Amino acid sequence: MEPTIAAATLIAAALIFGICGAGTAVAFGNLGGKLIESSARQPELAPRLQTQFFLVAGFVDVISIIGVGMAMLFIFANPFA
Amino acid sequence: MAEAAQAAEAAEASAAGEAALTTVTEAGEHVADHAEAAQYATGGEYIGHHLGFLTYGKLPDGHWGFAHTEEEAADMGFWSVHVDTMAISVILGLFFLGLFLSVSRKVTSGVPGGLQNFVELLVEFVQSNVNTTFHGKNDFIAPLALTIFCWIFLMNLLDLVPVDLIPLAVQAAAQDPHIFFKAVPTTDVNITAGLSISVFLLILYYSVKVKGLGGFLGELAFQPFGKWALPLNLVMELPAFLAKPVSLALRLFGNLFAGEVIFLIIALLGYWQAFLHVPWAIFHLLVIPLQAYLFMMLTIVYLNQAHQHH
Repeated sequence: MEPTIAAATLIAAALIFGICGAGTAVAFGNLGGKLIESSARQPELAPRLQTQFFLVAGFVDVISIIGVGMAMLFIFANPFA
Repeated sequence: MAEAAQAAEAAEASAAGEAALTTVTEAGEHVADHAEAAQYATGGEYIGHHLGFLTYGKLPDGHWGFAHTEEEAADMGFWSVHVDTMAISVILGLFFLGLFLSVSRKVTSGVPGGLQNFVELLVEFVQSNVNTTFHGKNDFIAPLALTIFCWIFLMNLLDLVPVDLIPLAVQAAAQDPHIFFKAVPTTDVNITAGLSISVFLLILYYSVKVKGLGGFLGELAFQPFGKWALPLNLVMELPAFLAKPVSLALRLFGNLFAGEVIFLIIALLGYWQAFLHVPWAIFHLLVIPLQAYLFMMLTIVYLNQAHQHH
């Protein structure tokens, strides 16, 4: 791989990982906090809320996990190299 | 110098105690003759080799066979088949069907055995999810959800098998150390896209069946802002509609692919890998059923939307 492309690829992958991680971390913090909060208010709803929680967790992490997949692709099977 | 150090490290990792360090003559060239001692010049090549598929198609010299390099696989173009993905997913599907069929044949209303308990647990779990999420009338949804859940779960479960075990076994059985083999079908975007496109076709079918073609198109064209803002409605609704199969496929693929690559990176660490493999595998115990569950739930949610009149 050309050094320029390798360096650019690594920086791009690092940015993807970092920003994806930051966004998802905020979202999951909110999500988990709200789940615990509402389970504490209404414990009888907890099982239903948990189902919804996992569903929304799937929505939350989809973009970032696609980003991580793309970053892995760029590192190990770079289409531009 | 850095390259040589990397090469030595990779060689140590891939040999994993089976062969002493042999000199790697030239980057990109396999020096070993048999599968157990296959060497890789760099860590990237080790990972790249494990991300290749056993591709069957037309080779450059004209006859049909398996690709031995990534260029060969890429040159095959459209008319090529990932034999590893197909074989393993079909075998796992048959295993699931056979297991559930044999249990349903022997089902008893007396004291159930362990296997029947397990299958009942799964069926009731899926049934309760379908009951709470799906509000239409359709006998097809629950069996579909059960099939999706169990099949994807089994395919994901292969992620916990050590990364070199199945490829080395296949290479040894085929007497060919240069073929690729990828054991986890859900790390192939073809399988996940195939599943999600099937679900998408079901969404289209049930939307048209329940609402009629006019009703379905009307929902796309006249929904948020009424009929006078038709182009704006289409711009808003169509991407959301078409994003369903894409996000469904890429969510499953991305999770499993990233997990697999991290297993491969850990495998490069040589003798210290067990200390990292175990925590990552434990984390994956959460990811594997969660992704199967999400695919099932989202299928039910999307099909529920397809069944609802507005």
